[in-house]
Parts: sequence; structure tokens; C-alpha cells
Amino acid sequence: MKILTGNDLKSGAVTWWTGEGWSLSVDDAVDVGDESANIIAREEAAQRVFAAYVIDGERTDKGVRPAHIKDRVRALGPTVRPDLTLKPSDPDALNWVV
Amino acid sequence: MYKYDQYDQQMVDTRVEEFRDQVRRRLSGELTEEQFRPLRLQNGLYLQLHAYMLRVAVPYGTLSSQQMRMLGDIADKYDRGYGHFTTRQNIQYNWIKLEDTPDILADLATVEMHAIQTSGNCIRNISSDQYAGAAADEIIDPRPYAELLRQWSSFHPEFLTLPRKFKIAVIASETDRAAMKLHDIGIKMVRNDAGEIGAQFYVGGGMGRTPMIGPMIREFVPLDHLITYSEACLRVYNRYGRRDNKYKARIKILVHELGKEEYTRQVEEEFEHLLSQGIEPPIAELKRIMGFFQDPPFETGLSDDLDLSDPDFRLWVDRNCETHKTPGYIIATVSLKPVGGIPGDASADQIRLMADLGKEYSFDEMRVTHAQNIVFPHVKKADLYALWQKLDAAGLGTANLDTVGDIIACPGLDYCSLANARSIPVAQKISERFATQERQDALGEMKLKISGCINACGHHHAGHIGILGVDRKGVENYQLLLGGSEGADTSLGQITGPGFSEDGIVDAVEKVTEVYLREKEGEERFLDTYRRLGMAPFKEALYG
Amino acid sequence: MVDVQFRFRDDEVVTDPAVTVDAFAEQTNATAVRIEPGDDARELLPQLDRIALVEVNFPAWTDGRGYSSARVLREAGYTGEIRAVGDVVIDMLSHLKRCGFDAFAPEHPLNPDDAQAAFDRWDNVYQATADGRRPIWALRHES
Repeated sequence: MKILTGNDLKSGAVTWWTGEGWSLSVDDAVDVGDESANIIAREEAAQRVFAAYVIDGERTDKGVRPAHIKDRVRALGPTVRPDLTLKPSDPDALNWVV
Repeated sequence: MYKYDQYDQQMVDTRVEEFRDQVRRRLSGELTEEQFRPLRLQNGLYLQLHAYMLRVAVPYGTLSSQQMRMLGDIADKYDRGYGHFTTRQNIQYNWIKLEDTPDILADLATVEMHAIQTSGNCIRNISSDQYAGAAADEIIDPRPYAELLRQWSSFHPEFLTLPRKFKIAVIASETDRAAMKLHDIGIKMVRNDAGEIGAQFYVGGGMGRTPMIGPMIREFVPLDHLITYSEACLRVYNRYGRRDNKYKARIKILVHELGKEEYTRQVEEEFEHLLSQGIEPPIAELKRIMGFFQDPPFETGLSDDLDLSDPDFRLWVDRNCETHKTPGYIIATVSLKPVGGIPGDASADQIRLMADLGKEYSFDEMRVTHAQNIVFPHVKKADLYALWQKLDAAGLGTANLDTVGDIIACPGLDYCSLANARSIPVAQKISERFATQERQDALGEMKLKISGCINACGHHHAGHIGILGVDRKGVENYQLLLGGSEGADTSLGQITGPGFSEDGIVDAVEKVTEVYLREKEGEERFLDTYRRLGMAPFKEALYG
Repeated sequence: MVDVQFRFRDDEVVTDPAVTVDAFAEQTNATAVRIEPGDDARELLPQLDRIALVEVNFPAWTDGRGYSSARVLREAGYTGEIRAVGDVVIDMLSHLKRCGFDAFAPEHPLNPDDAQAAFDRWDNVYQATADGRRPIWALRHES
């Protein structure tokens, strides 16, 4: 699947396109098919996101998993500070990234 | 330490207002991200992997207690309770909000600090020797010259949109503790045969994807021409540095392609021209600045004795302390490299504690080192034990300076949007593998440096052992380099061969250290043994 | 031709078409010349006395070669108009002026209030450049 990610303009937080808006959780990401360019143009113009780009991902039984490690780190948070990630109490989170 | 006057204060205050205005235009949509990006970068504001990141300048690495305290307070107030000290003597915050940034800059300005030109294609923070003003081997304190250059380079209207970033380092000791020859301009203050102080210019060094050692282009620039000569170096670069390919845009490529002689000829021609333009501050200005860098009121007649009966303290003194130029005093370095820790990170509480201790024990002065540690430059030997006990109680007493545990590592793929692989976990695993004192003692002086991509923020080219993280088909992979050095004997490390996995690279480091321990002669360091034997035995151990 | 939006000169606006640096040497009746980022402004120095207008083009504002071009001309004594054209943005204005630009013709007109704020921003400056302003180090040591 193709999923969209970007950053929130004010906070800089990593966000994922849900089909209706932007979520902090990669698991809310939806397949945008070949619509990515249109969505990015519209959402950036409306300042709801910036630095947006499209990536490959797959839906697994544990949620949406970006294909590249860089985007998985983006989705979770720094692997060396589990306390600061989105899943601070999930012991499997690191394995999900690597 | 340098103190701002009304003019310096007005400059940073004005910058805060300018940036506030730029943020306003960005949030209102007047500026697109593409237009805003170069502007925010010139204020040290990046977009990293998880959020905005703010890099605050610590000019030539020198900090007062009040400044250090503010760095801790900012970590709590605007970030997540910690900061990361960098290889260019700066500090970075990883979780910054755009809308907070003007207020952060305003807070910094109240303690004479800023984030001016800590990124972007302009002249960056001027770095220097972390032992400046304290080292027994320096001919003069290099910081007044760095401060003169700081003011000249701040908002220099001709040089804000250079082909690429531009880094300057100034040292004044035979021992190079600032990797001077690996800068766009490295300046070494020297004394000539007539006994006068002047500046030796090395231009075109750098790390990154094309590491180069900067050649000397002028042996002696008199003090009353320092700015004019720097301006000539920059103008030639601004006009002729490559702009067609960002990977070939650093000045090292220009100097390399023109050749040192031709680049030097052009600089000298420009210099001759600029001499008539009246751009050089008067010597009185340099003297004014030097007035701020007088020695603190050292006591005289102090004893040089230290009670080393506590073995842990003894180890820390052996490892982390350096001779001071004044009897009875010592230079102490706080290692930000605890075993298994994140190199260069410090919590807000630790930062504030260091601020308090710097005030109490080091004449209100601290330094950030390019190895991501903190220095107390002027500690009375009689106070050293008390200082160490307080540091140790806060997890800041690690005794591993310049050993295998004192690893330089960039933030890597855990934080950085440019990285290809994570650096910090590799540093953590190596420091754990070599955690015992016996292993560290056996290996002696060892500079191990890790970068998570080819941009080389972790200085891997200059490590006795260097590690470069790369992306191999979506999987982290680590190349090993041997034989780099950043000191007076600057050399660039060579890649051993095929890369390793994350665990594999830790084993590989262990293997090359075993070769060293087997082959070393006399007092040789790892680097010396490598230089004597060459790559072959190490390669054999790794791949044979 | 794009309009000059800001001008800090009292003389008449020069409307002669600007020719390239290469053409200028041959067209001995030309009075206006346009410098592109890759041009060497020093080639114009022997002909300064017949130049009334220099346009310095910024195809992208992040390419700063034009700043050096302007200063090279001012340092050689050129007193005619130096006009910044192309991708000229608010945040460059005061720096351009410091390097000797005295006219600005941005391809996209700028918000006049923001532009005025930018021109007025810096009460003092750290360097001596082509604008003749007394730098901070001079102010510190005058008496």
C-alpha cells in the first residue's frame, strides 16, 4: 500500500494521512493509491501538513508497517529512548522497527 | 569570558524579532516551506525525523554558569528534559515546536546566547580548543580571535548564501584538540621569529563524503589583517565555489580542483585589493575583546598535591584530568559517555548541576568539547575530590576520557532525517562490550567515532577506529575504518572491507583491538600499531 | 521589464535595456548591463564610466554570488545604480543594500510593510561593507 506522511506545521510532529485528516499513529494510515500528489498539494496548500511524502507500507496483523526502517523510526520514535516513543510500554516496539 | 555590550545585545535581540517575524509569515502562509527553510536553518532550526530540532550556538565552546543553567531550563520548558551536546561544541534540542522557537531565542538572548547561523549555507559557529585559556601548552588564548571572527561572520551580508556551509576553527597550541585541519578554514595562532603573534591559515579541510586535510595557504597573517584575509578567503569561495552539485560545493572541492597554489593566488590577489577597503577592525577592538579573556583570579602558592587514596577518584583523575598552566589548578573533563549511555546527552538536571558546579569550582566557566563532553577548565586541586564526588553522585563521574568508552556518535537514524543507520545503539553496545576498567586500560588511548551517514557528523574519518552506518537495501550496515586521527598528526581512516551488521560491527571492533593487543610494541597506541603494520593483519583478523 | 519596487536614489530611473556582460564589451553605446550569477563583475571594471545601470540577477535567492558582484563594483568606485532583479525576497533586502544594491525589482512584488521593516531592521552592523555604514567596531572606538 501507499501511505502518506508529513509533519504538523506548528509542532513538527510526525503525522499520517487517515483519509480525512492527519493522525500521530501510523496505524491510522490509509492506502492512497495514486492520489498522493493531489492530497499532498491540497493539504500543504491548506497548511495542514508540510514536508509530506509518500512511502510504501503494508498492513499487517500488528497494524500498518512502513517498508523502510527510517519511516518506522519516524512512526515510533527514537529506539534509544523507549520512554519518548509512542509506545513506551510495548517491549516489542523495537523489534517492529528493526 | 566575553560579555556583550549594548551593540552585541541589540544584534541578538534584533535577530529574535526578525525570526519572530519570519515565523509569523510562515504560520500565516506568506512563506512557503521552501521559502522558509533556508531562513529557519540560519537560525539553527531543522526538521528532523520526529520534530523540529534547534541547535544553539556555544561560541568557541565557552559557557558561564548562568548560560549553562539556561540550557537546562530550556530543556525542561520547551523540550523533553534533555539536550544533546554536539561535535561542533553546540547543543541540540530534539523536540522543539515552531511556535515556541522565537520565545526560546528570546530566553537565550537574556543570557547572551543565540542560534544564529548554526545551520544553513553560511559561516557557522566558530569552534576552538576546549582547553583554551587553561592549557599548559598554548602560546596564547585563541578565543579573542574566535570572538572577533564571530562578530565579523554574524550576519555578514555577502556570505549568508554561500555554496555550502562553512566551518572555522581557531587553535593556539601545538596539540590540536579541535580537529583544526578538518575545517573549511583552520586557523592556528603562531608566534613568528620576531616574536609577534599571527594566524596560520589552513583552508579546504573537511569530512563529509570527500574527506580532506586542509593545506596551509599562508604561514603568517598579521593580527591587523585577520579579518581582511578571512574575507578574501570567503569571497573567492563565494564567487567560484561550485553550485551545480551540493555534494561538490564545499570549499575543499574548490581548493582541490583549483589546486592549492591557484586558490592561494586568488586569495592573495583579493586580499591585496581588500587591504584598501578599510574592512579591518582596529587592533584596539581586538585588545578590547582580549580584556574579557584575562585569567580568573588564580590563587598563588597553592600545592600541587592531590590525595589519591580513593581508587575510583584516582582513576578519574588519571583519565579525565589534564595539566593546567597554573600551579595548584587542574583541567577536569566531565564525560557524557556513561557505559550504555547516549553520547553527548545530558538531562536538564545534570545540565543545571554542572552549571552550579562550574560556578562553585571553576570560576564560573565551562567548555563544551568536540568530543561531546564538558570541561571545568580551572579547578583548584584542593577542590577536585569534592567536585568529583558531586559529579559521580549525579552519574557524571565516568572515568573514560579518550578511551574506547569515550565514543563520539552522531544522533544517527534515531533522530536525524539524513541518517542511513542508527549510531547510538552501536555506541552503547561497544561501550558495554568494553565496559571493564581492565579492557579500557589495556587499549589505552583510543578514539572511536561513529557516523550514521556519509555526512560524517560523528567524525568517523578521524577515528582511530571509525564506523560509518550505511543503508544496504533497507537494512542497517556498518563499515569499519582504521587509522584516522584529528590531532597534529591528522590522517584519514581507511575502510577495512565489506560492512557488518549491528552486532557484527561490535565483534569487528573487538577483533581489531585483539590484533592490536597481540602486536603492540612498547607504549604504542592502537593508532601507532596500525600505522606501523598497515591494514593487512587487521583485515586478516576480520575477513581471513 | 519588471518594475522597480524600491529605489534609494534621487536620479532618474534608467530604462535602457540591459545587455549581457559579454555583449557589453562590444556594444560601446550600451549603458546598462546585466550580471548573471556566473559572470565575473571584474570584467566590467575597465568600462565603469559608461555604465548607468547594473542589473544583478538572482535566478534563486539562495545563490549569493550577486552579493559579491555588487561589492566588487562598489569597491572599484562605481556609483551608478545597482539593481537586484529576479528572485528577490524580503529577508535579503537589508543584506543586499549593505552590499551596494540601491534598487530592487523583485519578479514577485513584495509586501511593502514587510519590506520596509526589513530595510529598517538592523540599527547597527558588525562589518564594513559597501554601504558606508560605520560598523560596531568603529562606533566602539570613536571618541
